[in-house]
Amino acid sequence: MKALLVAGGALGAVLGSGAMTTPAQAQGKTITLCWAAWDPANALVELSKDFTTKTGIGMKFEFVPWTNYADRFLNELNSRGSLCDLLIGDSQWIGGAAENGQYVKLNDFFKKEGISMDDYMPATVVGYAQWPKNTPNYWALPAMGDAVGWTYRKDWFARPDVQKDFKAKYGRDLAVPKTLDELRDIAQFFQGREIDGKKVYGASIYTERGSEGITMGVSNYLYDYGFKYQDPNKPYAMDGFVNSPGAVKGLEAYKELYKCCTPPGASNSYMSEGLDAFKSGQVALQMNFFAFFPGLHKDPNVGGDKIGFFSNPAATTRATQLGGQGISVVSYSKNQGEALQYIKWFAGGDVQKKWWALGGYSCAKSVLNDPSFPDSAPFAKEFLTSMGMVVDFWAEPSYAQLLQAEQKRVHDYVVADKGTAQEALDGLVKDWKAIFKEEGKKF
Amino acid sequence: MNDLSASSRITYGAVPVQAAVVRRIRGLSDKVLAWLFITPTIVLLLAINIFPLVWTIYLSFTNYRANRANAPVKWLGIDWYQTILTDPDIWAAMQVTAHFVFWTVVIETVIGFGLAFLIDKKFRGHGMWTTIILLPMMLSPAVVGNFWTFLYQPQIGLFNYVVGFLTGRSASSFQMLGDVTLSPWAIVIVDAWMWTPYVMLICLAGLRSIPDYIYEAAEVDRASKWRQFWSITLPMALPFIMLAVLFRGIENFKMFDMVNLLTGGGPGSTTEVASITLKRAAFESWRTGYSSAFAIILFVTVFGLANIYVKALNRVKSR
Repeated sequence: MKALLVAGGALGAVLGSGAMTTPAQAQGKTITLCWAAWDPANALVELSKDFTTKTGIGMKFEFVPWTNYADRFLNELNSRGSLCDLLIGDSQWIGGAAENGQYVKLNDFFKKEGISMDDYMPATVVGYAQWPKNTPNYWALPAMGDAVGWTYRKDWFARPDVQKDFKAKYGRDLAVPKTLDELRDIAQFFQGREIDGKKVYGASIYTERGSEGITMGVSNYLYDYGFKYQDPNKPYAMDGFVNSPGAVKGLEAYKELYKCCTPPGASNSYMSEGLDAFKSGQVALQMNFFAFFPGLHKDPNVGGDKIGFFSNPAATTRATQLGGQGISVVSYSKNQGEALQYIKWFAGGDVQKKWWALGGYSCAKSVLNDPSFPDSAPFAKEFLTSMGMVVDFWAEPSYAQLLQAEQKRVHDYVVADKGTAQEALDGLVKDWKAIFKEEGKKF
Repeated sequence: MNDLSASSRITYGAVPVQAAVVRRIRGLSDKVLAWLFITPTIVLLLAINIFPLVWTIYLSFTNYRANRANAPVKWLGIDWYQTILTDPDIWAAMQVTAHFVFWTVVIETVIGFGLAFLIDKKFRGHGMWTTIILLPMMLSPAVVGNFWTFLYQPQIGLFNYVVGFLTGRSASSFQMLGDVTLSPWAIVIVDAWMWTPYVMLICLAGLRSIPDYIYEAAEVDRASKWRQFWSITLPMALPFIMLAVLFRGIENFKMFDMVNLLTGGGPGSTTEVASITLKRAAFESWRTGYSSAFAIILFVTVFGLANIYVKALNRVKSR
């Protein structure tokens, strides 16, 4: 799942909002692809030139900053607008878009064109394409794989004085954390430390209240401590899963990390605030989506040899929050034929390889399972690990309500110090039950 | 003569139909003519004001969701109203709103009137000071929100630095936007900074409307400055002050942009004013029926309070 909020800054600003067109053949048709304005969208513009060359179909792009991404495109879908022929929509929109008839069902098309979902990483198929989940009903082609991961200051970790201090304090070498406890220790170690005459802090984590930030952050702890959205044997039964003793521990651990080891004023941070904190040399660790890592690696100040990447460490188990999106054909589009042609082209093996090479995260097994893939970028191996253990938020049509409830309960506990973790998760179960009851679900 | 010339102009024109229309209009009564002119306005008013209101009232009794336009619409009666009025979260949001409205209006009125009183003295350079004071209200709320987010930044923000300097505390030892106690005040400060000039402007109009001869008569009666303030200035400026309170009260009851930009309703739900709750229900959760009911409740609340207030204002004015 990816975000409502902010990529902003240098990444998004390159494209900004508004429409762009690639050179199209004057006589041919033009289709519009809608997505968020960020680095991978740049790569897609570059990639799509091949499509125009091959088919003569022009491409127009409507990219909206993350801040307005959901508002803009959900409004477009809900008002049955035909602006977008193709939409790279957030993973959690699938349920609503499918049930409300906003996306074209792609089963017959896939069958006709020989596109098999077996060719894509299972987690991305479930996360970005299926509704209902785990059923062979496809509403999108997995387009942009993503998950939450971590970056760290490799250069700081490598300093002998820092290494020495850390070993003296914790009795082990300072290295990439394997567990969430180790991660907290490292963050605590760096918190308030002076490096090159500058006061630095432990970690930048997601705490944003307004959209989905803190939920996307805390999930990486909840999952690792055993939180589950529902009873695997009894859908929508949440007691003892959402508020299990493990989940309570996970929530407490996240709060502990927030309280001990984040920079002052980090009470409303999400993707762009994390990027800012890391790029400005403020923090040793940063939680963020893999989609940003190519850009960070290229950063002249903190990129290159100075940055390292790792996937979400373990607690009692190991998992991470899914990001990313699938590409869908909008059912109100007047150019569905051309839009389907684009999907057919995009699914091609060579195109998927080029997509990854340009900075997009392919979900195709042909790319990800290639033996050379883990070494193809400094973050590739960690991305692969992450995609093997992702969990997504509810993709129910009522996901927004479910999300708002979690945002409130979790932020109240973690940032505003209201109540206990147990009370927060019990309250969340209550809220979610009420929402599902309103939806007519039985549990 | 006018009639003749008008008539001939049209008769000689290329479209004789117009002349017939004019002849017909000339036969109409004043009342009919008045209706003729006012009808387009009424139609427009009905279309863009009354119809949406009536439609919202209708939707508030249903389970309609704008993102599920094809789903059957079920009549729920007053269910949403009951749900909303018994929801502790809604009451918490109303409390946050009331806190925000009360303190912003009090601060803006006191400082705004004080500034108007000073500016009214026509000292040297008062025109320049008036312009400087008015600058914040000329900015867009989006700009102000972002600007103050930086000012409140604990590590680099000027606000924390100044407070830290004055109190001897470390600038990064407190968070205006991340602390449950401070964040409501952080928003009050920004709103007061932005809108006090507006109140000042209205108060200044009130002060300038007081005729000089009243003060001259008071001087003749040897009334002290304090006595003049209490017996002349304040009572005569009061309707204007009350008007400013009314405007700011209504505006701040609906406040959304500033809160959304500064805190997004957080930390937790500390600054979640009613408009944020309403926006989330209407445009994020797409609970159209529910949010319509909530909007109606808010509308009735503002309308009711404003009406009571206007009655009081009229009483003051008639004195």
